[in-house]
Amino acid sequence: MKPIVKIESVGQEFPTRAGRFVALRDINLAISPGEVVALIGHSGCGKSTLLNLIAGLTRATHGVLLCDNREITGPGPERAVVFQNHSLLPWMTCSENVMLAVERVFGRKEGKAKLTARVVAALEMVHMEHALDKYPHEISGGMKQRVGIARAFAMEPRILLMDEPFGALDALTRASLQDELNGVLAKTGATVVMVTHDVDEAVLLSDRIVMMTNGPAATIGEIVTVDLPRPRDRLALAEDSRFAAYRATVFEFLYRKQLKKVA
Amino acid sequence: MSAVIAFKNVESMQVAEADVMAILPTQAAVSPAPTLMEHAPSAQEDSPALGREPGRGQRLVRGARELAKSVVPPLLGIALLLGIWALFSVKNNSIPGPMQTWDAAAKLFADPFYRNGPNDQGIGWNVLSSLQRVGIGFGFAALVGIPVGFMLGRFKFMNRMFDPVISLLRPVSPLAWLPIGLLVFQRADPAATWTIFICSIWPMILNTAEGVRRVPQDYLNVARVLGLSEDKVITRILFPAVLPYMLTGIRLSIGTAWLVIVAAEMLTGGVGIGFWVWDEWNSLKVEHIIIAIFVIGVVGFALEQMLLLLAKRFTYESR
Repeated sequence: MKPIVKIESVGQEFPTRAGRFVALRDINLAISPGEVVALIGHSGCGKSTLLNLIAGLTRATHGVLLCDNREITGPGPERAVVFQNHSLLPWMTCSENVMLAVERVFGRKEGKAKLTARVVAALEMVHMEHALDKYPHEISGGMKQRVGIARAFAMEPRILLMDEPFGALDALTRASLQDELNGVLAKTGATVVMVTHDVDEAVLLSDRIVMMTNGPAATIGEIVTVDLPRPRDRLALAEDSRFAAYRATVFEFLYRKQLKKVA
Repeated sequence: MSAVIAFKNVESMQVAEADVMAILPTQAAVSPAPTLMEHAPSAQEDSPALGREPGRGQRLVRGARELAKSVVPPLLGIALLLGIWALFSVKNNSIPGPMQTWDAAAKLFADPFYRNGPNDQGIGWNVLSSLQRVGIGFGFAALVGIPVGFMLGRFKFMNRMFDPVISLLRPVSPLAWLPIGLLVFQRADPAATWTIFICSIWPMILNTAEGVRRVPQDYLNVARVLGLSEDKVITRILFPAVLPYMLTGIRLSIGTAWLVIVAAEMLTGGVGIGFWVWDEWNSLKVEHIIIAIFVIGVVGFALEQMLLLLAKRFTYESR
């Protein structure tokens, strides 16, 4: 299958007072349609930097990023982003927040009723139809992140970019949102790149785990293909020896090969 | 606050305060029925003795106690102020006491909107024309200050460029600009408005700029990822994000403007509460000056509360 996103010998440098800081070097990666890829690594390994490059929020200093064979020169609605801290606009209701995205993508072609239907459908998908007219400060952190996910899905993007989407949530809420996301992914067959630092999350959700070496000048260390059948059930997997093996591989990489020197 | 400080100079204060202390606990802690009658007469009919269900009575007692807690201290504060004033007027014959002032006020407010020529108008007209000057001066300040604030917040270069100018001019009393206004406009009335413009513009510019600088990067990233058009970015993201800061600027501006207008009008004359104070001083109607002080205070308080309410309406709990 033709990859949706191709990353070719990408490097990223930032100018600092002490000279140039090399954040990323020699990144090569191709992401196929329907694939769920997790980027994992210690903090400061540039995994968020890489995601921002795919999103087009920053431009690479070396190499090329392609989306559907076109160079990524800036952000675009075909690459939706779920931010770590939900980033809902507090002066709009949940449905207005989602509508802002829907309007941008479909507003020229579709009428008001159809757009509203899209908003409702997106919020129903994450079980937030009860909060259509609620403001972000009226709902919990987990619910806000659901709305953030709904906003991204509502744009019907080619690829969904998630930057530690559940990082700010407590463990129980995180687990329920992971299950929910798994369900949505099964339903939509979406292509996802997700930054995480949670090994279980990476194994549970993704088809491939891209493990990054420590920065500076971080690059891809190893890639693990997670060959677990879907749908994946959290409880069943807890007893599954393959799940444990994948988990062990990632831990091995993170804590033996790339153990971060304690600052 | 100032009332309490002033009290320390008066010997009899100790006694008064002791009395106050003695009254307070009884009202707050002991049976509410006797003391509460004056504040909440309805509580009497439903007092626990008559109530069929004790729960309801208890709730009433608690509610009345809460009411007492919120009503009694402010009343005591005002009573204190009146007390000092009365004491002061007894010792100093030239200062009219509360009763004398009340009588004068009753006469004054019986006809607040009379007109006997340009220099003799009712207090209502004076207050209104002061408010009008503040409104016009402030309006121009907002018209100039909000766009300038947006530019200073958005562009670092502009900020660096104007920072020394603003730092230099901001601490200057707006009244120092009055002669320039008189010179340019050749008339007293626009000159007063001009001083209001000058004193209002700094908080408007600085708060708007600060608001623009504080728009969270996340919101701007959302705008970029969604690919919103420039006008949508301004109307749906920047403006609502900056609005609370702008309203703070407006509140500070209006507060200062109301302080300054009194002084400006004393210098320029015409119709206005500041001029009126000066006029009454020239005819030695001290009770009218005291009334004016209260009126200025009440209007200033009302303006502040209105703007606070407005700001509350447009403040979004984020997170």
